[in-house]
Amino acid sequence: MIQLESVSKAYKTSTRPALDDVTVDVDKGEFVFLIGPSGSGKSTFLRLLLREEVPSKGRVSVSNFDVAKMPRRKVPRLRQTIGCVFQDFRLLNNKTVSENVAFALEVIGKPKHTITKVVPEVLELVGLDGKADRMPHELSGGEQQRVAMARAFVNRPLVLLADEPTGNLDPDTSQDIMLLLERINRTGTTVLMATHDHSIVDSMRRRVVELDHGKVIRDDRRGVYGVGR
Amino acid sequence: MRASFVFSEVVTGLRRNVTMTIAMILTTAISLGMFGGGLLLVRTIDKMQASYLDDVEVTVYLTQDISANDQNCTAEPCSSIRSSLENNQAVESVVFEDRDEAYERFQRIFEGQPELVELARPESLPASLHVKLFDPERSEVIVQEFSNQPGVANVDDQNKFLDRFFDLLNSGRDGTFIVAAIAALAAVLLIANTIQVSAYTRRTEVGIMRLVGATRWYTQLPFLLEAVVAGVIGAVLGVVGLVGVKYIALDQIFEATGGAIPKIEIVDILFPVAPVLLGVSILISAITGYVTLRAYVRT
Repeated sequence: MIQLESVSKAYKTSTRPALDDVTVDVDKGEFVFLIGPSGSGKSTFLRLLLREEVPSKGRVSVSNFDVAKMPRRKVPRLRQTIGCVFQDFRLLNNKTVSENVAFALEVIGKPKHTITKVVPEVLELVGLDGKADRMPHELSGGEQQRVAMARAFVNRPLVLLADEPTGNLDPDTSQDIMLLLERINRTGTTVLMATHDHSIVDSMRRRVVELDHGKVIRDDRRGVYGVGR
Repeated sequence: MRASFVFSEVVTGLRRNVTMTIAMILTTAISLGMFGGGLLLVRTIDKMQASYLDDVEVTVYLTQDISANDQNCTAEPCSSIRSSLENNQAVESVVFEDRDEAYERFQRIFEGQPELVELARPESLPASLHVKLFDPERSEVIVQEFSNQPGVANVDDQNKFLDRFFDLLNSGRDGTFIVAAIAALAAVLLIANTIQVSAYTRRTEVGIMRLVGATRWYTQLPFLLEAVVAGVIGAVLGVVGLVGVKYIALDQIFEATGGAIPKIEIVDILFPVAPVLLGVSILISAITGYVTLRAYVRT
């Protein structure tokens, strides 16, 4: 589903490459943690998959897209197969919960009858049925992240990228979000989650890819956050 | 593409930024109004030139001696002046006017001022040859050739006077276009600025749109249309302004010239000026919007 072959990425402003000869292969339906300290290259990794960046070297592919080489006009098609969740939720504060979710479908031109059908379904999946008409500021952090996940999942993406999705949440709420990510993963969606959260990684026992200074220093099938813990 | 979505985004954008939107619309209206005014002036000048040049003549006034003695321009030197004029390639027609005819014409012209007619005598008016040219612009040749010929008192070129008059109108037109261009520059800068502000206030939306795979048209069309809608409203206001200025000021001013300057008709404003303004406005606002989005908003 996701392949990076000898990928390097150097930014003009830095002497050290953000990613240095990285090769990672993620199968369809896998759940992968991407860990490592700040500046280790996690964000660059995710940005390359979204074609927010183009690699300096190597090949990136997501689903059947040759991400680095595809023409710009095809990038929207790639992004429609990828859902994204962030630490800061990125909700539209002037729209209700259901409008926030519907927005993701409206802007890719989905017909209205589809939107009115699937938005309540996905809100139910993330446990927000009954809160469709609330505004984001009326919700807790955990609930806001659920809205963001509903928005990321509403178009049934093949891949879900989560960049520190629990970074702003307390441990209990974080657990709820992880349960939700697992549930999404069970529908067959490949989940790639960048995180600093030891306890989550340790408790889930999923594949762990660790980056340091832009290099993959560990790739464990069922790993924990720190080696030997 | 869902039109209702794009439309609602455009309305939201224009309302969110209402003071800028008004400024953008007004500058656009002023610049287009001035531009339209310039176009109308061009049209008026063309009309006047066409109608005046048809009637423009070079008048060869003959000396007192000829005026008194040669009633039909049959003797020398009048007859040879006449025939050399008639044989000139540039000349369309030559009409001889003797003293009495000149006097009659004088009476007609000044019939409103009887005391002036009273004072004038046929003997005080010269006989003349009225020369019509194929191309009135080339009157200079005739003036040069005949000014110093024996029997000629002087040569009067109406075109000279008209030239000065049209120079005045032309500089009026140029001035209008210059002010229109400056106002247009202000309008373009305002449009560019408004789009930047608009894109900045909606950066979260645009960011999400890009992430979920909205095409560039979806992310940028609302901004582009915002500029175009403001441009269209500006053009309509500009046209309304021109119509207003016509009725409030121009009609009276042009009427005071006694028909020397033809009245601007409402049809002149509605066609072709109004569609030109609308087209120019849409084109400029769309191009400005497109360039601004390319330069400042990542896709």
